[in-house]
Amino acid sequence: MGLAKRIIPCLDVDNGRVVKGVNFVDIRDAGDPVEIAMRYNEQGADEVCFLDITASSEGRETTVHTVEQIAEHVFIPLTVGGGIRSVEDIRTMLNAGADKVSINTAAIHNPELVRESAQRFGSQCIVVAIDAKRVADVDGLPRWEIFTHGGRKPTGIDAVAWAVRMAELGAGEILLTSMDRDGTRNGFELGVTRAITDAVDIPVIASGGVGTLDHLVEGITLGGADAVLAASIFHFGEFTVPQAKAYMAARGIEVRR
Amino acid sequence: MKVRVAVIDYGMGNLHSVASALQHVGAGEVVVTHDAELIRKADRVVFPGVGAIRDCMSEIRRLKCDELLAQALTEQQVPVLAICVGLQALMDRSEENGGVDCLGIIPGEVRYFGNPLADASGQRLKVPHMGWNEVRQHRDHPLWAGIPDMSRFYFVHSYYVHAEDRSLLAGSVEYGVTADAALARDNLFAVQFHPEKSAAAGLTLLKNFLEWNGQC
Repeated sequence: MGLAKRIIPCLDVDNGRVVKGVNFVDIRDAGDPVEIAMRYNEQGADEVCFLDITASSEGRETTVHTVEQIAEHVFIPLTVGGGIRSVEDIRTMLNAGADKVSINTAAIHNPELVRESAQRFGSQCIVVAIDAKRVADVDGLPRWEIFTHGGRKPTGIDAVAWAVRMAELGAGEILLTSMDRDGTRNGFELGVTRAITDAVDIPVIASGGVGTLDHLVEGITLGGADAVLAASIFHFGEFTVPQAKAYMAARGIEVRR
Repeated sequence: MKVRVAVIDYGMGNLHSVASALQHVGAGEVVVTHDAELIRKADRVVFPGVGAIRDCMSEIRRLKCDELLAQALTEQQVPVLAICVGLQALMDRSEENGGVDCLGIIPGEVRYFGNPLADASGQRLKVPHMGWNEVRQHRDHPLWAGIPDMSRFYFVHSYYVHAEDRSLLAGSVEYGVTADAALARDNLFAVQFHPEKSAAAGLTLLKNFLEWNGQC
Protein backbone atom coordinates (compact mmCIF):
# COMPACT_ATOMS: atom_id res chain seq x y z
CA MET A 1 0.00 0.00 0.00
CA GLY A 2 1.14 3.55 -0.51
CA LEU A 3 0.27 6.69 -2.37
CA ALA A 4 -3.26 6.63 -3.78
CA LYS A 5 -4.07 7.45 -7.39
CA ARG A 6 -6.18 10.58 -7.43
CA ILE A 7 -9.60 11.32 -8.93
CA ILE A 8 -10.10 14.98 -9.77
CA PRO A 9 -13.49 16.33 -10.88
CA CYS A 10 -13.13 19.46 -13.00
CA LEU A 11 -15.49 22.43 -13.07
CA ASP A 12 -15.57 24.73 -16.09
CA VAL A 13 -16.57 28.12 -14.75
CA ASP A 14 -17.70 31.18 -16.69
CA ASN A 15 -18.41 34.38 -14.77
CA GLY A 16 -18.80 32.51 -11.52
CA ARG A 17 -21.17 29.89 -12.91
CA VAL A 18 -20.41 26.29 -13.79
CA VAL A 19 -21.04 25.67 -17.47
CA LYS A 20 -21.31 22.40 -19.42
CA GLY A 21 -24.04 21.71 -16.92
CA VAL A 22 -24.02 19.80 -13.72
CA ASN A 23 -26.92 17.60 -12.90
CA PHE A 24 -26.83 16.14 -9.44
CA VAL A 25 -30.16 14.86 -8.26
CA ASP A 26 -30.23 16.68 -4.96
CA ILE A 27 -28.40 19.91 -5.63
CA ARG A 28 -29.95 23.29 -5.01
CA ASP A 29 -28.21 25.35 -7.64
CA ALA A 30 -26.64 23.40 -10.49
CA GLY A 31 -24.56 26.38 -11.55
CA ASP A 32 -22.99 27.27 -8.22
CA PRO A 33 -19.32 26.20 -8.22
CA VAL A 34 -19.11 26.41 -4.42
CA GLU A 35 -22.02 24.03 -3.92
CA ILE A 36 -20.69 21.65 -6.56
CA ALA A 37 -17.15 21.68 -5.15
CA MET A 38 -18.59 20.94 -1.70
CA ARG A 39 -20.54 18.05 -3.14
CA TYR A 40 -17.40 16.52 -4.68
CA ASN A 41 -15.57 17.04 -1.41
CA GLU A 42 -18.31 15.12 0.42
CA GLN A 43 -18.13 12.36 -2.18
CA GLY A 44 -14.45 11.86 -1.44
CA ALA A 45 -12.86 13.52 -4.47
CA ASP A 46 -9.10 13.79 -3.94
CA GLU A 47 -8.82 17.29 -5.35
CA VAL A 48 -11.00 19.73 -7.25
CA CYS A 49 -9.95 21.51 -10.42
CA PHE A 50 -11.51 24.85 -11.28
CA LEU A 51 -11.06 25.88 -14.90
CA ASP A 52 -11.91 29.52 -15.45
CA ILE A 53 -13.15 30.15 -18.97
CA THR A 54 -14.28 33.71 -18.26
CA ALA A 55 -13.28 36.08 -21.03
CA SER A 56 -13.89 39.50 -19.47
CA SER A 57 -11.71 41.19 -16.88
CA GLU A 58 -14.70 42.01 -14.62
CA GLY A 59 -15.49 38.32 -14.71
CA ARG A 60 -12.02 37.56 -13.41
CA GLU A 61 -12.86 39.34 -10.18
CA THR A 62 -15.85 37.09 -9.82
CA THR A 63 -13.48 34.15 -10.23
CA VAL A 64 -11.28 35.34 -7.38
CA HIS A 65 -14.32 35.69 -5.17
CA THR A 66 -15.54 32.19 -6.12
CA VAL A 67 -12.13 30.68 -5.38
CA GLU A 68 -12.17 32.37 -1.96
CA GLN A 69 -15.55 30.87 -1.19
CA ILE A 70 -14.55 27.38 -2.31
CA ALA A 71 -11.38 27.57 -0.21
CA GLU A 72 -13.46 28.49 2.82
CA HIS A 73 -15.65 25.41 2.50
CA VAL A 74 -13.61 22.71 0.83
CA PHE A 75 -10.67 21.14 2.66
CA ILE A 76 -9.05 19.22 -0.17
CA PRO A 77 -6.56 20.66 -2.66
CA LEU A 78 -7.92 23.12 -5.20
CA THR A 79 -6.25 23.78 -8.55
CA VAL A 80 -7.25 26.90 -10.48
CA GLY A 81 -6.49 27.25 -14.18
CA GLY A 82 -7.52 29.37 -17.13
CA GLY A 83 -6.30 32.85 -17.99
CA ILE A 84 -3.21 32.74 -15.76
CA ARG A 85 -0.68 35.00 -17.49
CA SER A 86 1.68 36.44 -14.92
CA VAL A 87 3.31 35.98 -11.55
CA GLU A 88 0.76 38.50 -10.29
CA ASP A 89 -2.15 36.34 -11.55
CA ILE A 90 -0.64 33.36 -9.75
CA ARG A 91 -0.20 35.32 -6.54
CA THR A 92 -3.82 36.52 -6.73
CA MET A 93 -5.16 32.97 -7.04
CA LEU A 94 -2.92 31.56 -4.31
CA ASN A 95 -3.94 34.38 -2.00
CA ALA A 96 -7.58 33.68 -2.81
CA GLY A 97 -7.06 30.14 -1.53
CA ALA A 98 -5.96 28.06 -4.52
CA ASP A 99 -3.39 25.42 -3.62
CA LYS A 100 -2.10 25.05 -7.15
CA VAL A 101 -2.31 27.17 -10.25
CA SER A 102 -2.35 25.72 -13.72
CA ILE A 103 -0.48 27.58 -16.46
CA ASN A 104 -1.21 26.78 -20.08
CA THR A 105 -0.78 29.24 -22.98
CA ALA A 106 1.29 31.68 -20.93
CA ALA A 107 3.96 29.00 -20.49
CA ILE A 108 4.20 28.67 -24.27
CA HIS A 109 4.61 32.42 -24.79
CA ASN A 110 6.90 32.80 -21.81
CA PRO A 111 8.46 29.59 -20.41
CA GLU A 112 10.38 31.70 -17.89
CA LEU A 113 7.07 32.30 -16.12
CA VAL A 114 7.21 28.65 -15.01
CA ARG A 115 10.73 29.01 -13.64
CA GLU A 116 10.04 32.32 -11.95
CA SER A 117 6.78 31.24 -10.34
CA ALA A 118 8.20 27.88 -9.21
CA GLN A 119 11.09 29.69 -7.55
CA ARG A 120 8.80 32.23 -5.94
CA PHE A 121 5.91 30.04 -4.81
CA GLY A 122 7.42 26.55 -4.91
CA SER A 123 7.08 23.83 -7.53
CA GLN A 124 4.31 22.20 -5.52
CA CYS A 125 1.82 24.82 -6.64
CA ILE A 126 2.82 25.15 -10.28
CA VAL A 127 0.92 22.87 -12.66
CA VAL A 128 1.65 23.14 -16.37
CA ALA A 129 -1.33 22.28 -18.55
CA ILE A 130 -0.52 20.75 -21.92
CA ASP A 131 -3.10 20.47 -24.68
CA ALA A 132 -1.75 17.83 -27.05
CA LYS A 133 -2.98 16.62 -30.40
CA ARG A 134 -1.71 13.77 -32.53
CA VAL A 135 0.04 14.92 -35.71
CA ALA A 136 1.67 13.01 -38.59
CA ASP A 137 4.04 10.23 -37.52
CA VAL A 138 7.76 10.84 -37.77
CA ASP A 139 9.80 7.84 -38.93
CA GLY A 140 6.84 5.62 -38.23
CA LEU A 141 6.59 6.82 -34.62
CA PRO A 142 3.59 8.69 -33.25
CA ARG A 143 4.03 12.39 -32.51
CA TRP A 144 1.92 14.78 -30.48
CA GLU A 145 2.09 18.52 -30.74
CA ILE A 146 0.95 21.29 -28.42
CA PHE A 147 -2.12 23.16 -29.64
CA THR A 148 -3.58 26.39 -28.31
CA HIS A 149 -6.95 28.11 -28.75
CA GLY A 150 -8.97 25.08 -27.74
CA GLY A 151 -7.03 22.78 -30.04
CA ARG A 152 -7.32 24.92 -33.17
CA LYS A 153 -3.86 26.45 -33.36
CA PRO A 154 -0.74 24.31 -33.75
CA THR A 155 2.47 25.52 -32.15
CA GLY A 156 4.95 23.09 -33.70
CA ILE A 157 6.11 22.15 -30.19
CA ASP A 158 6.53 18.46 -29.43
CA ALA A 159 4.33 17.64 -26.43
CA VAL A 160 6.70 15.11 -24.82
CA ALA A 161 9.77 17.34 -25.15
CA TRP A 162 7.73 20.23 -23.79
CA ALA A 163 6.67 18.27 -20.72
CA VAL A 164 10.32 17.42 -20.01
CA ARG A 165 11.31 21.07 -20.38
CA MET A 166 8.51 22.26 -18.10
CA ALA A 167 9.60 19.79 -15.43
CA GLU A 168 13.17 21.09 -15.75
CA LEU A 169 11.94 24.66 -15.32
CA GLY A 170 10.27 23.71 -12.06
CA ALA A 171 6.70 22.58 -12.79
CA GLY A 172 5.47 20.35 -9.98
CA GLU A 173 2.87 18.51 -12.03
CA ILE A 174 1.65 18.13 -15.62
CA LEU A 175 -2.04 18.31 -16.55
CA LEU A 176 -2.20 16.57 -19.90
CA THR A 177 -5.32 16.99 -22.04
CA SER A 178 -5.73 15.18 -25.32
CA MET A 179 -7.45 17.58 -27.71
CA ASP A 180 -8.31 14.64 -29.97
CA ARG A 181 -10.32 13.09 -27.17
CA ASP A 182 -11.62 16.01 -25.10
CA GLY A 183 -15.40 15.86 -25.06
CA THR A 184 -15.56 12.63 -27.08
CA ARG A 185 -16.11 10.23 -24.17
CA ASN A 186 -13.96 7.73 -26.06
CA GLY A 187 -11.28 7.46 -23.39
CA PHE A 188 -7.87 9.02 -22.84
CA GLU A 189 -5.32 9.12 -25.64
CA LEU A 190 -3.14 6.54 -23.92
CA GLY A 191 -0.16 6.86 -26.26
CA VAL A 192 0.68 10.42 -25.32
CA THR A 193 -0.21 9.79 -21.69
CA ARG A 194 2.27 6.93 -21.48
CA ALA A 195 4.93 8.81 -23.45
CA ILE A 196 4.78 11.78 -21.07
CA THR A 197 4.48 9.82 -17.81
CA ASP A 198 7.56 7.82 -18.85
CA ALA A 199 9.49 10.94 -19.81
CA VAL A 200 9.05 13.04 -16.65
CA ASP A 201 9.65 12.41 -12.96
CA ILE A 202 6.84 14.68 -11.77
CA PRO A 203 3.20 13.51 -11.41
CA VAL A 204 0.95 13.57 -14.48
CA ILE A 205 -2.82 14.11 -14.48
CA ALA A 206 -4.57 12.56 -17.48
CA SER A 207 -7.50 14.48 -18.92
CA GLY A 208 -9.76 14.51 -21.94
CA GLY A 209 -12.18 11.90 -23.16
CA VAL A 210 -13.44 10.03 -20.11
CA GLY A 211 -16.80 8.39 -20.79
CA THR A 212 -16.69 5.23 -18.67
CA LEU A 213 -15.09 4.00 -15.47
CA ASP A 214 -12.86 1.72 -17.54
CA HIS A 215 -11.36 4.83 -19.08
CA LEU A 216 -10.27 6.01 -15.63
CA VAL A 217 -8.68 2.62 -14.98
CA GLU A 218 -6.86 2.63 -18.34
CA GLY A 219 -5.46 6.10 -17.75
CA ILE A 220 -3.63 4.72 -14.72
CA THR A 221 -2.83 1.13 -15.69
CA LEU A 222 -1.99 1.72 -19.36
CA GLY A 223 -1.29 5.46 -19.43
CA GLY A 224 0.73 5.43 -16.23
CA ALA A 225 -0.99 8.58 -14.93
CA ASP A 226 -0.83 9.53 -11.25
CA ALA A 227 -4.26 11.13 -11.31
CA VAL A 228 -7.28 11.21 -13.60
CA LEU A 229 -9.42 14.25 -14.26
CA ALA A 230 -12.98 14.07 -15.51
CA ALA A 231 -15.95 16.36 -15.82
CA SER A 232 -19.06 15.06 -17.50
CA ILE A 233 -19.20 11.54 -16.06
CA PHE A 234 -19.45 13.05 -12.61
CA HIS A 235 -21.41 16.19 -13.41
CA PHE A 236 -24.43 14.40 -14.75
CA GLY A 237 -24.63 12.06 -11.81
CA GLU A 238 -23.87 9.16 -14.16
CA PHE A 239 -21.23 7.99 -11.72
CA THR A 240 -20.31 9.20 -8.29
CA VAL A 241 -16.74 9.52 -7.07
CA PRO A 242 -17.20 6.57 -4.64
CA GLN A 243 -18.46 4.40 -7.51
CA ALA A 244 -15.40 5.32 -9.56
CA LYS A 245 -13.10 4.54 -6.64
CA ALA A 246 -14.77 1.20 -5.91
CA TYR A 247 -14.42 0.26 -9.58
CA MET A 248 -10.76 1.21 -9.66
CA ALA A 249 -9.99 -0.52 -6.35
CA ALA A 250 -11.59 -3.73 -7.65
CA ARG A 251 -9.07 -3.58 -10.51
CA GLY A 252 -6.10 -3.33 -8.20
CA ILE A 253 -5.65 0.44 -8.18
CA GLU A 254 -4.90 2.04 -4.85
CA VAL A 255 -7.40 4.78 -4.04
CA ARG A 256 -8.37 6.79 -0.97
CA ARG A 257 -11.73 5.67 0.43
CA MET B 1 -13.69 28.95 25.98
CA LYS B 2 -13.01 30.19 22.49
CA VAL B 3 -9.49 29.36 21.45
CA ARG B 4 -7.31 32.09 19.95
CA VAL B 5 -4.93 30.79 17.31
CA ALA B 6 -1.97 32.62 15.80
CA VAL B 7 -0.68 31.36 12.47
CA ILE B 8 2.89 32.60 12.10
CA ASP B 9 3.19 34.44 8.79
CA TYR B 10 6.62 34.96 7.30
CA GLY B 11 5.31 35.87 3.88
CA MET B 12 5.73 32.54 2.13
CA GLY B 13 2.63 31.30 0.38
CA ASN B 14 -0.99 31.11 1.16
CA LEU B 15 -2.05 30.69 4.78
CA HIS B 16 -5.68 31.25 3.97
CA SER B 17 -6.38 27.49 3.83
CA VAL B 18 -4.98 26.69 7.25
CA ALA B 19 -6.75 29.70 8.79
CA SER B 20 -10.12 28.80 7.30
CA ALA B 21 -9.75 25.13 8.28
CA LEU B 22 -9.06 26.20 11.88
CA GLN B 23 -12.12 28.46 11.80
CA HIS B 24 -14.13 25.59 10.39
CA VAL B 25 -13.28 23.30 13.33
CA GLY B 26 -14.19 25.91 15.90
CA ALA B 27 -11.30 28.27 16.56
CA GLY B 28 -12.63 31.42 18.23
CA GLU B 29 -10.23 33.72 16.47
CA VAL B 30 -7.46 33.06 13.96
CA VAL B 31 -4.83 35.70 13.29
CA VAL B 32 -2.25 35.32 10.54
CA THR B 33 0.65 37.41 11.75
CA HIS B 34 4.28 37.86 12.71
CA ASP B 35 3.43 40.42 15.36
CA ALA B 36 5.03 39.34 18.64
CA GLU B 37 2.22 40.80 20.75
CA LEU B 38 -0.52 38.97 18.86
CA ILE B 39 1.39 35.73 19.10
CA ARG B 40 1.97 36.28 22.81
CA LYS B 41 -1.80 36.53 23.31
CA ALA B 42 -2.54 33.33 21.42
CA ASP B 43 -3.65 30.08 23.05
CA ARG B 44 -2.35 28.02 20.14
CA VAL B 45 0.38 28.70 17.60
CA VAL B 46 0.63 27.24 14.10
CA PHE B 47 3.97 27.31 12.27
CA PRO B 48 3.20 26.63 8.59
CA GLY B 49 5.36 26.77 5.51
CA VAL B 50 5.40 26.19 1.79
CA GLY B 51 8.01 26.73 -0.88
CA ALA B 52 11.76 26.43 -0.93
CA ILE B 53 13.60 26.11 2.38
CA ARG B 54 16.28 28.74 1.73
CA ASP B 55 13.74 31.49 1.14
CA CYS B 56 11.65 30.29 4.07
CA MET B 57 14.63 30.29 6.43
CA SER B 58 15.78 33.73 5.39
CA GLU B 59 12.30 35.19 5.92
CA ILE B 60 11.87 33.32 9.22
CA ARG B 61 15.11 34.89 10.47
CA ARG B 62 14.53 38.33 8.96
CA LEU B 63 11.09 38.62 10.58
CA LYS B 64 12.39 37.05 13.81
CA CYS B 65 9.82 34.29 13.55
CA ASP B 66 12.42 31.92 15.02
CA GLU B 67 12.30 33.96 18.24
CA LEU B 68 8.48 34.04 18.18
CA LEU B 69 8.41 30.28 17.80
CA ALA B 70 10.90 29.75 20.63
CA GLN B 71 8.84 32.07 22.80
CA ALA B 72 5.66 30.09 22.09
CA LEU B 73 7.36 26.76 22.75
CA THR B 74 9.27 27.56 25.92
CA GLU B 75 7.96 30.77 27.54
CA GLN B 76 4.26 30.64 26.69
CA GLN B 77 4.31 26.84 26.52
CA VAL B 78 1.21 26.83 24.37
CA PRO B 79 0.47 23.94 22.01
CA VAL B 80 2.33 24.46 18.74
CA LEU B 81 1.54 22.76 15.43
CA ALA B 82 4.16 22.87 12.67
CA ILE B 83 3.07 21.98 9.14
CA CYS B 84 5.09 20.84 6.07
CA VAL B 85 8.04 23.22 5.58
CA GLY B 86 7.24 24.42 9.11
CA LEU B 87 8.27 20.93 10.28
CA GLN B 88 11.34 20.89 8.03
CA ALA B 89 12.47 24.27 9.37
CA LEU B 90 12.59 22.83 12.90
CA MET B 91 15.36 20.40 11.99
CA ASP B 92 19.13 21.02 12.04
CA ARG B 93 19.70 21.11 8.33
CA SER B 94 18.08 20.54 4.94
CA GLU B 95 19.67 19.16 1.76
CA GLU B 96 17.45 21.48 -0.30
CA ASN B 97 18.97 24.44 -2.20
CA GLY B 98 22.46 22.96 -1.87
CA GLY B 99 22.23 22.70 1.91
CA VAL B 100 20.53 25.10 4.30
CA ASP B 101 20.92 25.44 8.07
CA CYS B 102 17.55 25.30 9.80
CA LEU B 103 16.43 26.12 13.34
CA GLY B 104 17.85 23.09 15.17
CA ILE B 105 14.85 22.83 17.48
CA ILE B 106 14.60 19.11 16.73
CA PRO B 107 17.88 17.25 16.02
CA GLY B 108 17.81 15.63 12.61
CA GLU B 109 17.91 16.37 8.94
CA VAL B 110 15.82 16.97 5.86
CA ARG B 111 16.77 14.72 2.93
CA TYR B 112 15.92 14.56 -0.75
CA PHE B 113 13.65 11.67 -1.76
CA GLY B 114 16.22 10.68 -4.33
CA ASN B 115 15.88 10.25 -8.00
CA PRO B 116 15.27 7.62 -9.22
CA LEU B 117 13.00 6.54 -6.41
CA ALA B 118 11.22 3.16 -6.41
CA ASP B 119 8.92 1.24 -4.09
CA ALA B 120 9.60 -2.24 -2.68
CA SER B 121 8.34 -3.89 -5.89
CA GLY B 122 10.60 -1.77 -8.09
CA GLN B 123 7.81 0.50 -9.35
CA ARG B 124 9.15 3.99 -10.16
CA LEU B 125 7.89 6.72 -7.83
CA LYS B 126 7.46 10.34 -8.90
CA VAL B 127 8.94 13.27 -6.98
CA PRO B 128 7.39 15.39 -5.46
CA HIS B 129 5.53 12.94 -3.24
CA MET B 130 2.14 14.41 -4.06
CA GLY B 131 -1.22 13.09 -2.96
CA TRP B 132 -2.92 10.99 -0.31
CA ASN B 133 -0.75 8.54 1.56
CA GLU B 134 -1.23 6.40 4.65
CA VAL B 135 0.21 7.54 7.95
CA ARG B 136 1.27 4.86 10.39
CA GLN B 137 0.80 6.05 13.97
CA HIS B 138 3.76 5.13 16.17
CA ARG B 139 2.35 6.19 19.49
CA ASP B 140 -0.79 7.41 21.14
CA HIS B 141 -1.12 11.14 21.10
CA PRO B 142 -4.05 13.48 21.78
CA LEU B 143 -3.76 14.75 18.19
CA TRP B 144 -4.46 11.28 16.81
CA ALA B 145 -7.71 10.99 18.81
CA GLY B 146 -10.51 9.65 16.61
CA ILE B 147 -8.20 9.16 13.62
CA PRO B 148 -7.77 5.49 12.66
CA ASP B 149 -4.23 4.21 12.19
CA MET B 150 -3.19 4.24 8.50
CA SER B 151 -5.59 7.06 7.64
CA ARG B 152 -4.66 8.94 4.50
CA PHE B 153 -3.42 12.53 4.59
CA TYR B 154 -2.49 14.88 1.76
CA PHE B 155 1.25 15.28 1.17
CA VAL B 156 3.20 17.45 -1.21
CA HIS B 157 6.96 17.56 -0.74
CA SER B 158 10.24 16.54 -2.38
CA TYR B 159 12.31 16.49 0.82
CA TYR B 160 11.55 14.46 3.92
CA VAL B 161 12.44 14.64 7.58
CA HIS B 162 14.46 12.15 9.59
CA ALA B 163 14.68 12.95 13.30
CA GLU B 164 17.68 11.64 15.25
CA ASP B 165 15.67 10.84 18.36
CA ARG B 166 13.35 8.08 17.19
CA SER B 167 11.29 8.36 20.37
CA LEU B 168 9.84 11.59 18.93
CA LEU B 169 8.29 9.72 16.00
CA ALA B 170 4.50 9.99 16.12
CA GLY B 171 3.77 8.98 12.53
CA SER B 172 5.56 7.70 9.45
CA VAL B 173 4.82 7.37 5.74
CA GLU B 174 6.21 4.96 3.13
CA TYR B 175 7.33 6.40 -0.19
CA GLY B 176 10.36 4.54 -1.42
CA VAL B 177 11.85 5.34 1.97
CA THR B 178 10.22 5.50 5.40
CA ALA B 179 9.82 9.20 6.11
CA ASP B 180 8.82 10.93 9.34
CA ALA B 181 5.24 12.12 8.87
CA ALA B 182 4.69 13.42 12.41
CA LEU B 183 6.97 14.26 15.33
CA ALA B 184 5.84 15.03 18.85
CA ARG B 185 7.74 16.52 21.75
CA ASP B 186 6.13 18.15 24.78
CA ASN B 187 3.81 20.92 23.55
CA LEU B 188 5.02 20.62 19.94
CA PHE B 189 3.40 18.48 17.24
CA ALA B 190 4.85 18.71 13.75
CA VAL B 191 3.49 17.12 10.58
CA GLN B 192 4.79 16.76 7.05
CA PHE B 193 1.31 16.45 5.53
CA HIS B 194 -1.26 19.21 5.17
CA PRO B 195 -4.08 18.66 7.69
CA GLU B 196 -5.89 21.69 6.23
CA LYS B 197 -6.12 19.83 2.90
CA SER B 198 -6.73 16.34 4.25
CA ALA B 199 -10.53 16.33 4.39
CA ALA B 200 -12.08 14.65 7.47
CA ALA B 201 -8.85 13.17 8.90
CA GLY B 202 -7.09 16.51 8.69
CA LEU B 203 -9.98 18.46 10.19
CA THR B 204 -10.13 15.98 13.09
CA LEU B 205 -6.42 16.55 13.74
CA LEU B 206 -6.92 20.33 13.73
CA LYS B 207 -9.88 20.04 16.06
CA ASN B 208 -7.77 17.84 18.37
CA PHE B 209 -5.09 20.53 18.27
CA LEU B 210 -7.57 23.19 19.44
CA GLU B 211 -8.64 20.91 22.28
CA TRP B 212 -5.12 19.82 23.25
CA ASN B 213 -3.61 21.13 26.49
CA GLY B 214 -0.05 20.60 25.26
CA GLN B 215 0.58 17.52 27.41
CA CYS B 216 1.31 14.13 25.97
